[in-house]
Amino acid sequence: MKQTLPLIIVFGFGFFVIVAFFIPLRGFQDASQTFETWYTGVIAFFVFVGIFNIVKVNVNKIQRRLRDWQYSIMLLFFLVLMMTAGFVGGPDGGLFDYLFEHMQIPLGATMFSLLAFFVASAAFRAFRARTPEATLLLIAAVLVMIGRVPVGYYVWHGFPDLVEWIMNVPNTAAKRGILFGADLGLISMALRVLLGIERSYMGGGRE
Amino acid sequence: MLLIVLVIANQIALKAFDTPNDDGSSITLEWKTDSKFQFYEIFRAPNLSDEFQKICKLDGGASTYVDAQVQSGVQYYYVVKGLGSDGDTPSETAGPVSGAAQIFNLGRINIAICIIILFAAIIYYITRARRGEKLFVRKIPGIAAMEEAIGRATEMGKPVLYVPGIMDIDEPETIASMSILGRVAEKTAEYGTPLYVPTSKAMVMSMAQQVVKEAAIRVGRPDWFNIDNVNYLTDDQFGYVSAVDGIMVREKPATNFYLGKFYAESLILAETGFSTGAIQIAGTALPDQLPFFVAACDYTLIGEELYAASAYLSQEPVQLGSLKGQDVGKLIFVVVVILGVLDRLIGVDIIWQLFSTN
Repeated sequence: MKQTLPLIIVFGFGFFVIVAFFIPLRGFQDASQTFETWYTGVIAFFVFVGIFNIVKVNVNKIQRRLRDWQYSIMLLFFLVLMMTAGFVGGPDGGLFDYLFEHMQIPLGATMFSLLAFFVASAAFRAFRARTPEATLLLIAAVLVMIGRVPVGYYVWHGFPDLVEWIMNVPNTAAKRGILFGADLGLISMALRVLLGIERSYMGGGRE
Repeated sequence: MLLIVLVIANQIALKAFDTPNDDGSSITLEWKTDSKFQFYEIFRAPNLSDEFQKICKLDGGASTYVDAQVQSGVQYYYVVKGLGSDGDTPSETAGPVSGAAQIFNLGRINIAICIIILFAAIIYYITRARRGEKLFVRKIPGIAAMEEAIGRATEMGKPVLYVPGIMDIDEPETIASMSILGRVAEKTAEYGTPLYVPTSKAMVMSMAQQVVKEAAIRVGRPDWFNIDNVNYLTDDQFGYVSAVDGIMVREKPATNFYLGKFYAESLILAETGFSTGAIQIAGTALPDQLPFFVAACDYTLIGEELYAASAYLSQEPVQLGSLKGQDVGKLIFVVVVILGVLDRLIGVDIIWQLFSTN
């Protein structure tokens, strides 16, 4: 029963949503939208589950003096501070806004800015011409880089057009090929899930 | 008499009809646009004897309007008035017309046929597998390397890190990731290797906890499961990245899995993992993030391979049968694509129109 009931729910709702895609009758569309609303409601509830987990894991870490437990104190302090600031002063203006604008956003931007350096280091490894494929990648990348900067146009007027062709024809063809395969894989997985052949997502068990 | 003919000739020819493939709640109006009009006004009345009410005003370039404020089965009359510098020109009255609900969206019949063909191919091979027939499924290096990667972590006495992406459980990539997590957890539990699963969504955490716990029970190692190792970090994209990077730098996992839906964080995670010397296996269906994983990881599951991974890892005949069916379905669609390209080149356009979703 522990496995059968979820399987029935998955099959029933999954099959209904597929059928509703092809049937424009209002009842089907309304029901399909209602299910999405339920999902949103469940998501909202899980905010509390997430907060509870953060508190539980970090309190446990502090109590048992596990490695780097001091950071957990900081985490819990700011969790309580942000929540209190939000509940007392509201989300607009005040301490909550100040903390968000002057701590959260700069910290996020700092992490994002690392991407520039990581792109350079990853590109350095990827563009080493060790195999014919890597050489092809290197040539395409150099052409695109030159064509995308103003100096490329002055070196040769045809560079921007060549870059457009590389991006629009071979690049788009490859991306669409990947998407095409991914979508077929998705349909196949959906069928396995709907028919109950694939169960590992609900804790496992074989057919 | 001549004046009347001229007035009719100047009128806007208006066509009103029930919008196809809907629930009967809209009526479509079509007319030939004229550059002399700056605006068009749409009027509606339930009876010819009633006063026409203006329902909207459109820019001069418009030639269609879908009135979605009608009741199914009720008759309406329409007039379109062109507003120009030379004065207003009304159309002839169109109607009576009413909206009727369609049971099946015929505009999507081609999608239905494609899905039926694919489902049929998959079910056919599943049936063959159920009969005990041995099916050959091509080797996928990234998936084949998973067990080896977990074994490496075990030998080194280091943990395994599993990152299920940054999106919620309604994303297909996340569901696929949870399926693979079940297989990875079985192996790590079997070997007694610690498994960390930091998540960025509480619902994913809840599901991942259940998946890992059940996997541990399945292989007879319920004591191995530590609920605190499958935890929620934050919904914030870069907050999550910094926390996962911290785990990599502090715990130095020997094996990192990045399987799910990723955006800008893909390269930050993969490069940090590379710098710690971990063997890395990634997989996503987003073509924009794949190059980053290919550049920074040892193995990458590209698109469909992510969805196939769980079935492949299980080695169950029925699941392998579904993979075989998927491959056959893909072959059929590749043939159709080639025919479609030829069809467009020749200019016949039969396949093009057959697969049009408009």
